[in-house]
Amino acid sequence: MISVQACLDGILLGILFALIAYGMALQWGVMNIINIAQGDLVILGGYIAYFMYLYGIHPAWGVIVSPIIMYFVGIAIYKLVINKVVDRDLFISILATFGISILFMQLMNFAFGADVVLANSGYGTTMLFDNNVVLPNSKIFSAFISILFAICLVIYMKKSKLGRAIRATAQNARAAKILGVDTEKVYAATFGINAALCGVAGALISITFTIHPYMGLPYTIRSFMIVIVAGLGNLPGVAMSGMGLGIFEEFADYILGTEFRIGSVFLLLVLILVYRRFKLSRKREYLK
Amino acid sequence: MKNNLILYIGILIFGIAAPFIFPAFKVQLSILCVLIVLSTTWNIQGGEMGYNSFGNILFYGLGMYLCASVQVGMFFPLAEWTESGGEKTFVHTPSQFFQGMAVGLIVAAVVPTIVAGLIGYSILGLRGHYFAICTLGLGVAAGEISGGIEIIGAGQGFTTPPFPDVGSLESRGEFFYFLSFIVLILTFVAVKGIYTTRFKLILNAIRDNEDKAEAMGIETMKYKIIGWMISAFFCGLAGGIMGGLVGYIDSTDVAFDGREMGVFMVLMAILGGKGTLWGPIIGATVFHIFKEGFWTFFLGWQYVALGVLIVVIVIYFPEGIMGWLREKYPEKFGEVVDEKDRKAQVELK
Repeated sequence: MISVQACLDGILLGILFALIAYGMALQWGVMNIINIAQGDLVILGGYIAYFMYLYGIHPAWGVIVSPIIMYFVGIAIYKLVINKVVDRDLFISILATFGISILFMQLMNFAFGADVVLANSGYGTTMLFDNNVVLPNSKIFSAFISILFAICLVIYMKKSKLGRAIRATAQNARAAKILGVDTEKVYAATFGINAALCGVAGALISITFTIHPYMGLPYTIRSFMIVIVAGLGNLPGVAMSGMGLGIFEEFADYILGTEFRIGSVFLLLVLILVYRRFKLSRKREYLK
Repeated sequence: MKNNLILYIGILIFGIAAPFIFPAFKVQLSILCVLIVLSTTWNIQGGEMGYNSFGNILFYGLGMYLCASVQVGMFFPLAEWTESGGEKTFVHTPSQFFQGMAVGLIVAAVVPTIVAGLIGYSILGLRGHYFAICTLGLGVAAGEISGGIEIIGAGQGFTTPPFPDVGSLESRGEFFYFLSFIVLILTFVAVKGIYTTRFKLILNAIRDNEDKAEAMGIETMKYKIIGWMISAFFCGLAGGIMGGLVGYIDSTDVAFDGREMGVFMVLMAILGGKGTLWGPIIGATVFHIFKEGFWTFFLGWQYVALGVLIVVIVIYFPEGIMGWLREKYPEKFGEVVDEKDRKAQVELK
């Protein structure tokens, strides 16, 4: 029964990871930057929901408020920093966003304190299989909301004018520019949408799990891992590998113990990269 | 050439005299030496080879743990030492301490080198940002995993042997300063030696275009691994010294501190100028002064200031101090600017 529990927990967790990873894939594909501060944006989104909870508003409303605030935070970060690294080497973007990550970590530490916090939604739990499997309703709620947001976003990307512009820029920024797409605006919007996604995910994480100012980096690494396994612009792949990662983590938690949980995530990243490297090197290619 | 000799002798004399001129800054000066070693060796594969690694912290932390473990384990049971949390149940005599340190430093240098050689083939096959992220993961994973191993103190940390009582109170600071200074000189001589050989040209060829270098018949993988092993050797040594200097090893905050030291070494090299001999040294010095300034004047806000500094350096100053100087005074760098040729170039444009 523990394995069923771990699988279900893992799938529900993995859907959340997939949502964050989708934002990562979006900005990577469109702007060609890797955002190390992704996880910190998630945590910041979580704190917005937590604050609503502190002031007596139900934290589930954070799912709506947090992305709106985070969208503007994302635009602000883009205007201040990201627009200067878009056309540069990927390594520059990694380092610059690393700086943002340290900055955010500390600012959140000052603003919200270094305690592990949780916004209690009061949703209760669901028992399955003769009470052998316990699922908190908040996890089911968060998975449901994540799927909802992902579907909305996919439809938005397919149908709206901005969505088409974003996809065009991802394919060929120069050609898009010639055809009258304001790529600067598209980049800003992309980063804003990514931050908003992080905001949703963060609000859900603050309801279901716990948040802490220094917990950002593992979320970045998880989303990076999901993207490199699934590939850019492969949404079903992102969802699947997100769930796979969630299940892996839950099992690692049970088998190795909680203190090795984060370590195993990082080690899995290294193993996946090395595996892909050996697989590609047979054809004398390498990861690009 | 003559000027250079005077410069080196001047720096050497200053280095030897520094702890006596500024006795209050001995620990800071030793940390500066360690930082210079780290940034200079990062520059071997980051700057010269073009493989931007966040993972050199792995060797640094490994060296730190190994040096301390050997130093304790040679004379006392390691498990009991860590269990007592560094309480003074066992006391090193001075000769035990120095013997342990010597053997520990050798182990701390050799084992990371071997580790780098072993994982090099897998990791160095990755390129660009995949390499960067992979090594970042490696460093953080090492920190998380070592934080779960009981024999080296797990979560509560590992207290390194306290410095033995050998006369004056000043001797601890002086010992660690001169130890790190010797390692710094060793590193400098080694790196300067490397930079005059064909090996450096091969590394530069790998940086500029790896496929072409391979097509020219260079076994790039071999040289990449050697370059990484050289970095690992000195990183391990620096880690061993730093462990003794700090006196306390924590898995994620001191040893495998990828978020701080791991980024600092990259930043110092970039601030000074990647791919130059003096760049990382100047960068480390400037950075250390900045950092200590932040820690003194913005206490509490130091990480905020640091984050801003990282962003500013990376965005507005990617060429570094040496790159800026080079652009300003190309003659000093041995680049002959032919006025006629330059005018012709301008006219062509």
